[in-house]
Parts: sequence; C-alpha cells; structure tokens
Amino acid sequence: MTAVFTGAFDSGQPLLSVRNAGHRYGDRFGCRDVSFDLWPGEVLAVVGESGSGKSTLLGMLAQRLGTDEGSIRYRIDDQLIDLSDLSEREVRRLWRSEWGFVHQNPADGLRMHVSGGGNVGEPLMAAGWRHYGEIRTRAEEWLKRVEIPVDRIDDTPATFSGGMRQRLQIARNLVVSPKLVFMDEPTSGLDVSVQARLLDLLRGLVADLGLSVIIVTHDLAVARLISHRTLVMKDGAVIESDLTDRVLDDPHAEYTQLLVSSILQG
Amino acid sequence: MTFPRVTYNEAYLDEQTKRVIRRALLKGVAIPGFQVPFASREVPMPRGWGTGGVQVTASVIGPDDTLKVIDQGADDTTNAVSIRQFFGKVASCETTTRTDEATVIQTRHRIPETPLSEGQIMVYQVPTPEPLRWLEPRESETRRLHALEDYGLMYVKLYEDIARYGHVAKTYDYPVIVNGRYMMAPSPIPSFDNPKLHRSPALHLFGAGREKRIYAVPPYTDVISIDFEDFPFEPQQFKTPCEACGSVGVYMDEVIVDDQGGSVFVCSDTDHCERVAAARAEDDLQAQEASA
Repeated sequence: MTAVFTGAFDSGQPLLSVRNAGHRYGDRFGCRDVSFDLWPGEVLAVVGESGSGKSTLLGMLAQRLGTDEGSIRYRIDDQLIDLSDLSEREVRRLWRSEWGFVHQNPADGLRMHVSGGGNVGEPLMAAGWRHYGEIRTRAEEWLKRVEIPVDRIDDTPATFSGGMRQRLQIARNLVVSPKLVFMDEPTSGLDVSVQARLLDLLRGLVADLGLSVIIVTHDLAVARLISHRTLVMKDGAVIESDLTDRVLDDPHAEYTQLLVSSILQG
Repeated sequence: MTFPRVTYNEAYLDEQTKRVIRRALLKGVAIPGFQVPFASREVPMPRGWGTGGVQVTASVIGPDDTLKVIDQGADDTTNAVSIRQFFGKVASCETTTRTDEATVIQTRHRIPETPLSEGQIMVYQVPTPEPLRWLEPRESETRRLHALEDYGLMYVKLYEDIARYGHVAKTYDYPVIVNGRYMMAPSPIPSFDNPKLHRSPALHLFGAGREKRIYAVPPYTDVISIDFEDFPFEPQQFKTPCEACGSVGVYMDEVIVDDQGGSVFVCSDTDHCERVAAARAEDDLQAQEASA
C-alpha cells in the first residue's frame, strides 16, 4: 500500500460532487451517468483504455466541455455550487485561482517561446501580481521544487527535455496554490525512469500541499502509486469505483479483471 | 468657364458613411478604450497609409475647422502634405501647421509637443488596434480577454523584457489601461508621448482602417501605462538638446549628417522646432540691438 491519506478531511462536505453527469458529442455520449464525490486532499485516478471517455470526463469536470446532463457541483465558501450556474468570468476565476490543468503534452499547457520563469509567473500575473522581483523569486522557488536548475529560468521550454517540460507545467499549475488539479496522462510520453521521478515528485507535492487531484491515466501503475481511489471507465461509463488497492487487487468487473491481468509482469 | 469633372460630397465620404462612423465614435467615447468595429470604406489612398485616420477626420471635420496633419511629428512629409491638401480640397477647411491653431490634428506616430487644449481633436492612424495581438493571434480570444479584463498576458511580455534586457524594451505603442478598464494600444506613438494622453483636455480618436476598428479616449480620462511596482514605466529620455532650436525634454529624431557615422539630434515635432528657433532668433536680435 503506497497511497496514504494525508489531506485534511473537513466539514463533511466534498470538494466536488458529480451526479449523473454526461457530455454529448452530437447524438453520441462521450461519457454518461458519472457520479462520484471528491474530498479535499483526495487523489482520484480515472483509468480505462483509450476511447473510454476518460479525457471527455476530465474536460467536462474542468468546464472545458459542457455538461449536457446531470450536475457537477464544486465547493465555494462551504457551499456546493452547480458549475453550470457560474458565468464564464467566474469559471475563469476558478481556472486562475483554484484549479490547475496538467496536459498530456506539455506544449499544450506551456507557452513554448516564453521563458521558464515567465511560464511559472504567468498565473501569478493573471492573479494580479505586479511586482517583478516577487514574481521572479516565487518562480525560482517553484523551479527548485520541481527540480529544474534555477539557472535555466530564462530559457524557453522549447530548449527543455520532455521531463523538464512536464515538471515546468506542473510548477506553473501549482504556483497559485490551487485546491484541485486535473491531470490528463501527465506521465505518458516520458521514458520509464523519468516517469518514476515525476511520480515521486507529484506524490510529494500532493501530500505537502494537501491537493485534491483527478488524474486520468491508462497506466494502472500510476494509479496505484499516487491515487487513493480509482474509477474504471469503459465505453463512456464508470463500471467500477472504489479504493485503488481494492480495485487493483480484487477487481470485480470483468473488464477490470482483464485490465489488471493485462499488466506486464516483470 | 470650367467645372470640376467630379463633385465630391463634403469631406469626401457620403453622409450615410459619416453617420456610421460617428455612431462608432460615440460608442468609442462612451466606452473609453473599447474597440468598436466599423465598416471601413475605401478612401483614395492605400490601406496602411492612414485610411482609418482619414475616415475619422472626414466624419468630424467641417468647413469651420482648421486641420493639421503630421507624420512622425513632421508637417512636411509626403503623406502629411497630401492628406492636408486632400481635406483642404474636399472639406473646404482651413489647414495649418501650427498646433495651437488647429482644431483637428491627424497624426501618425506623435502627439505634438505644444500642449493640447479643450476643443481640439486628435485623430490617430492606427495599424494594429489590438494590444494583445502579438501575444494572442485569435481575435475571438482577444475579445474574450478584453471582456473578462484578463490582461495577465501583457505582463508576461513585460516580464520577458525585464528578464532578457533588464528593462521594458517596448518604446512605442506601449500598452495603456484606459479609465481603469480597457487595455489599449495607443498606436505607434513613442512611449515618450504616453504621459500626454493621461487626463488630456483634448479628445483623442483612433481609427484603424485595415483592421476596421475605432476607439477613443475622451477628455480628462485616466490613461495609465502598465508597469511593475519595482520597474515603473519610464518614457524614453534624450540627453542632448535639439541641434536646430536647443529644446530639451522633447522627442528627438537622430539625423545622419555625414558618411562617417556622424549624427545630430533634432526635434521630431517640426512646428515646435520652428517656433522655438524663431523665438530664439528674435531674442538674439533684440539682444544685439540692445548691446549696439
């Protein structure tokens, strides 16, 4: 058992509450009838094969895609607010101050021709920071935290390796101390040793900051390493959800059994 | 007896078009710094030569007005001369090169050194009205950023400049916040002229013909150049006085005078330079007479 509950579970209210939510592409549902609660400090993994609706679910939760049925409620000031009631301005405020989104491809989440420091500083500037020295100091702290040499602060991510880019993207997302971070396959596309380091780093940061995380992955090892709970998706529906260790060690659904047994044993 | 072969409507544009532009101008004045779309018409000059400014001028000018046109601060460049002659002909207005006599001043690149006064209208020829354009190429997205007042991106640009050069490297078209709300491109005026926009008694109208946008800064409106607390906005400074008239504290052009790389600095505002030089010559004459 590697996943440890570290977050502050408070006030008996979830951070995010999803009920029967679905997103439709034309007349076909990308994901449908998804229900779960996410608690503060909890890491939730969404696993499944490609095309199972994982990324659609993530996009819908992060309000990048619309919610066509059901509801997604998020806790703001101890009240669960239906996200579809918020204006675009309020959703953007959530993106800027309370949420992070880590893309699979760092180029989607970074400005590739803006320096590393500028990338980390941008969310701060968007949040109203207007002191160059303070922005730079904070950016340096975060580069150190994600193990990027501080003397690379003025280099653009275009000159970084894949692992460094991904770590930079994580720093950029965490710099504003979000409450909830969405991650879409953050470790795919990296080689195995770099993946391991990144996961280690992520696990440390999540524990230190008490973040809630929803992480989409097709890699069950990633789910086991950092998540408390796992949702298994197939054909746009959640077919199994429980504590990660329970799901992976004692899979109930037939598809989950197939998924677990198809891991290469080495 | 000869007749002109073509009779133009007053100020060239037809009345309906002028009404459309005035409507856009009124909206622009009502929402300072907001870019109002308008149907840009053809005028007898190529786009990029000041068609936006010409359309705005055509819509506000009348026979009682006195027009001054400057290009890089100079009244005597080709574009300035031809636009001045154009309106002298089609709007039957007076034209001048003196800033204090003009009621409408069409400009590219400069705000005159002579302080503007109430009742004067500045008309700017704007190539790129969108201050965020070089950072975000999608018009749909920049509009959204304006609507949500989401201007963090511009500070990233300033941050990058300071990280790379140690200071903000942008010296013209320096972005400003108008009336505490909209971010605005002040057209390619040097950052030296930005402070002149702040609480200016004159009305400032901006026309972008190719990009089909009009915006405005009404009189006595706050226009703040964006900056960081520890790197405050600093307009460009010049150390040497003007070679021709001795003025200091004005915007200068560097003029190459030989082929050994020698150069002198002279006022960019030719009207200001001429008048200071004339006043100085008169003082010298009086001094000579007094001593004689």
